Amino acid sequence: MPGLFDRIRGRSSHKSSSAVAKERLQVILVHDRISLPQEKLQAMKEEILAVISKYVSVRDEDVDIALQHRNRGNLLVAEIPFSQRPDAQIQDEARQRMAREAEGDSPDDDDA
Amino acid sequence: MGARVITITSGKGGVGKTTATANLGIALARMNKRVVLIDADIGLRNLDVVMGLENRIVYDLVDVVEGRCHLRQAMIKHKQFQDLFLIPAAQTRDKTAVSPADMIQLTDKIRSEFDFIIIDSPAGIERGFRNAVAPADEVLIVTNPEVSAVRDADRIIGLLEANNKGPGKLILNRVKPDMVRKGDMLSAADVTDILAIKLIGVVPEDPTVIPASNSGVPVILNENSRAGLAFRNIARRLNGENVPFMQLTEETGFFQKLARKITGGSNGH
Repeated sequence: MPGLFDRIRGRSSHKSSSAVAKERLQVILVHDRISLPQEKLQAMKEEILAVISKYVSVRDEDVDIALQHRNRGNLLVAEIPFSQRPDAQIQDEARQRMAREAEGDSPDDDDA
Repeated sequence: MGARVITITSGKGGVGKTTATANLGIALARMNKRVVLIDADIGLRNLDVVMGLENRIVYDLVDVVEGRCHLRQAMIKHKQFQDLFLIPAAQTRDKTAVSPADMIQLTDKIRSEFDFIIIDSPAGIERGFRNAVAPADEVLIVTNPEVSAVRDADRIIGLLEANNKGPGKLILNRVKPDMVRKGDMLSAADVTDILAIKLIGVVPEDPTVIPASNSGVPVILNENSRAGLAFRNIARRLNGENVPFMQLTEETGFFQKLARKITGGSNGH
């Protein structure tokens, strides 16, 4: 990880190769561990999105669903932004739901 | 009671399993422990060569398993240490000549007379690996700070866990502090972060290792070798001592020290 010294020398613009190695490993390992082929993962993402889209409208281009691993555990992390479409009913529902969730202590965002 | 059986494995070949086995064996013998080293790499034996004992082999592991000799006859005593023995692998057979049950039986026979039995596993995840791991009480995983080696280590850890032998402890071998400092090599902190297992040693890349294996005198016997010191430290940790990790990424220049102070030492270890 580049420190201040590297930043002073103007190295901050490109990532160090060890940081690249670490990121690549994290992706490789989670796929190794879960042994889910890429096309199945893609199909799963599409199904998840299809279900969510039945209830709220989603900004497809900004959706990020990916496998991650933390402390030898694997998890599926999804970031699915809603669209700002002027669909009053869907938006109202979505807003209410988000408000409800924001009030309640959501248990799974401890290390974002 | 009896010996602890420690298997040294890695998944990937060439990361330093045999070097680690030889050096830890000698380090423990120097601490007055009674030690047996077993080369489980049948067909590709090497531990004898690294230990400088290749001319003394009469019987091997397969001879014992197939009943052609007594276990004691296959145990080669080290020239320098009275209580250090090697059971060599067979060179002309393959991994199927021995079964996991054979390995358990064999180690059980000598457990009561020794403090440590260290098994040098072959690379891979097949029969040879299963043979080596079957009798293990503890497993040490050797890896290098490279993507391919770390990936294989992760696979091994997964297999160990699935067989209730895991997760094991990690030896990170062939670390080049200069490259870590420049951000061109994964650090010990990076690797333990990714693999999420406990670190038992970090061994620096050291130009004394190859001459040591050239002459069959493991590097641990060279008092000036940094790698030798790292292996001595691992042996002490195995023996329950709390030995601080060597500072491999020590700062050399004023700016690095300054940067480290300001950023709170993100280079860790």
